[in-house]
Amino acid sequence: MSILANRETRLIVQGITGNEGLFHTEQMLQYNTNIVAGVTPGKGGGWALNGKIPIFDTVQTAVDATGANASVIFVPAKYTADAIYEASDADLPLVVCITEGTPIQDMMRVKQYLKSRKTKLVGPNCPGILSPGESKIGIIPGNIALQGSIGLVSRSGTLTYEVLYALSQKNFGVSTCVGIGGDPVKGLGFVELLELFESDAHTEKVVLIGEIGGNEEELAADYIARKMTKPVIAFIAGISAPQGRKMGHAGAIIEGNSGNADVKIKKLESVGVKVASYPEQIPDFVRN
Amino acid sequence: MRLHEYQSKNLFARYGIPIPKGRIASSATEAKQICEELGGKVIIKSQVLVGGRGKAGGIHLAKTNKEAEDYATQILSMEIKGIPVRKVLVDEAVSISKEIYLSIANDRNSQKPILMASGAGGVDIEETALKTPERIIKRTIDPLIGLRDYQLRDIAISIDLDRKFWKPFGEIITALWSLYVDTDATIVEINPLVITADEKLIALDAKIVLDDNAIFRHPDLAEMRDIDAEAPAEVEGRKFGVVFIKLDGNIGCLVNGAGLAMATMDIIKLLGGNPANFLDIGGGASSEKVAAAFRIILSDTKVKSILINVFGGITRCDEVARGILGAMKVIKPEIPVIVRLVGTNQEEAIRLLEGTELFTADSLYSAAKLAIEKTKDGAK
Repeated sequence: MSILANRETRLIVQGITGNEGLFHTEQMLQYNTNIVAGVTPGKGGGWALNGKIPIFDTVQTAVDATGANASVIFVPAKYTADAIYEASDADLPLVVCITEGTPIQDMMRVKQYLKSRKTKLVGPNCPGILSPGESKIGIIPGNIALQGSIGLVSRSGTLTYEVLYALSQKNFGVSTCVGIGGDPVKGLGFVELLELFESDAHTEKVVLIGEIGGNEEELAADYIARKMTKPVIAFIAGISAPQGRKMGHAGAIIEGNSGNADVKIKKLESVGVKVASYPEQIPDFVRN
Repeated sequence: MRLHEYQSKNLFARYGIPIPKGRIASSATEAKQICEELGGKVIIKSQVLVGGRGKAGGIHLAKTNKEAEDYATQILSMEIKGIPVRKVLVDEAVSISKEIYLSIANDRNSQKPILMASGAGGVDIEETALKTPERIIKRTIDPLIGLRDYQLRDIAISIDLDRKFWKPFGEIITALWSLYVDTDATIVEINPLVITADEKLIALDAKIVLDDNAIFRHPDLAEMRDIDAEAPAEVEGRKFGVVFIKLDGNIGCLVNGAGLAMATMDIIKLLGGNPANFLDIGGGASSEKVAAAFRIILSDTKVKSILINVFGGITRCDEVARGILGAMKVIKPEIPVIVRLVGTNQEEAIRLLEGTELFTADSLYSAAKLAIEKTKDGAK
């Protein structure tokens, strides 16, 4: 079992005819994800991947024709906000936005709009969702993960893969791996994901990968203290980062002391979370 | 992307936010001439993109034309936090009766714009924020609706502003909001916004930071980027889609992904080493890109070994290995290079690297350890 993505997922790909969209559509198909349609404005009526996937001009027509219940977005950053509005207005319950570089004010408006909608957004600037053996929405390499009972949630991309790989090397599998993205304004956060894992019958432990910047790890610690019954193991990247510098992720800006790695680590440890010192140590903490 | 004060003030003027009379000068003679035009009493302000200019001696009040020339000479020969001063802003001096702090910024905690204001504006605002945070009021703004009129009154009342200033103050906030939205700023700040002795509101300082992700919508603002004010290696990196930040250790790092790059630096530090930089090569690892990253890392002569950590994922590792080998041929680094690759076709990648001068490692831990050991070898 899993959260967010499973065998029932009927996925549409927004931006299916772009390089990234097409490449990852193939990768997701290889993982047996049920992709029912693609959307590229102006290319409706055509087919992608030699007649495998029908293309529609709008999300609504794709949903009407196929009964899709989730969307993954690969459109360029300047169209990201519009693509999310379109997916939400078509009442899709889940939208995963892979695109990086979305303007922050666009995302603040999107975020505010989604409060009145039932759509759950993951991302942007994220690797997506992988429920091993069931479904993959996004770009997480499927071959590095095993099916199992660890819930994995991360703000990072390649660091998430590193942790998945380290878990697999020690024969630990995951129920679902969710990359929530590194942007300062985004959809689901740590707390929402911890809630989902807490109520998922097949998740036994949760691994949380955070990094410097913002206060999400602190909020996660509060939630863990109040509500979480399952053990949580964490790793926080950026303990060696100099203060006040932007380290590539728009998200990784230290504000005062609140975003520092050591503050986050202490806060998580104070609520009983075991915090690993490096990624390859995580499996040892999961075992015990 | 940060704008200089004079660039920010030009934008203020365009939006109707009152600024002092003044102009930019790149020589002392020019500064003197502007001082003459403005009536002989001016503030000379260094234009650098770092904070704490005033405390570093980069801002002076000049009471005569001669003083203006002297101070301009002095400031134009200064370096502030390692950055040479190339321009000064010469502004008319105004007599101040009250200093207000006013800003609008992206707030990641509320995921909304936040307006901050204080009746205790000026250079010590950060101290105020720490010691008496209640003196800075914070109001989030609905990004879909924007500022509402009642919020303008609420802010004015909250900072104890005399009623006669409510209207001009409200107009300034409204203009600042428009500027923030129109330019896709992440921060617009006036500190101080002063009330002068003759009861006028004037923005004495101006700070604007723009969202790099939104610059594509603003070609006019993109042209304002001051490359001279940035570290050359960081500028060079941007050309190749490489994010580089120099640190002070001796192990060069070349990693794909920001989170993994930080985790790589962290483990080096954990094992007793010292990372020389943060470097995220982003997606793909062509030989051109790896070569550019090598050049950037090797421009720091303190670097004694290089650790390459690429988690290929879907990217084929054999291609990455070829990219690294191609770059090695061009750059020929004289220090040990340690490579750790994981992902599709990693066995073939390791085979390609075997028998070359590169060192390989199969875990992040062992790679970091090897990179630290190799710093002690000297040149290989």
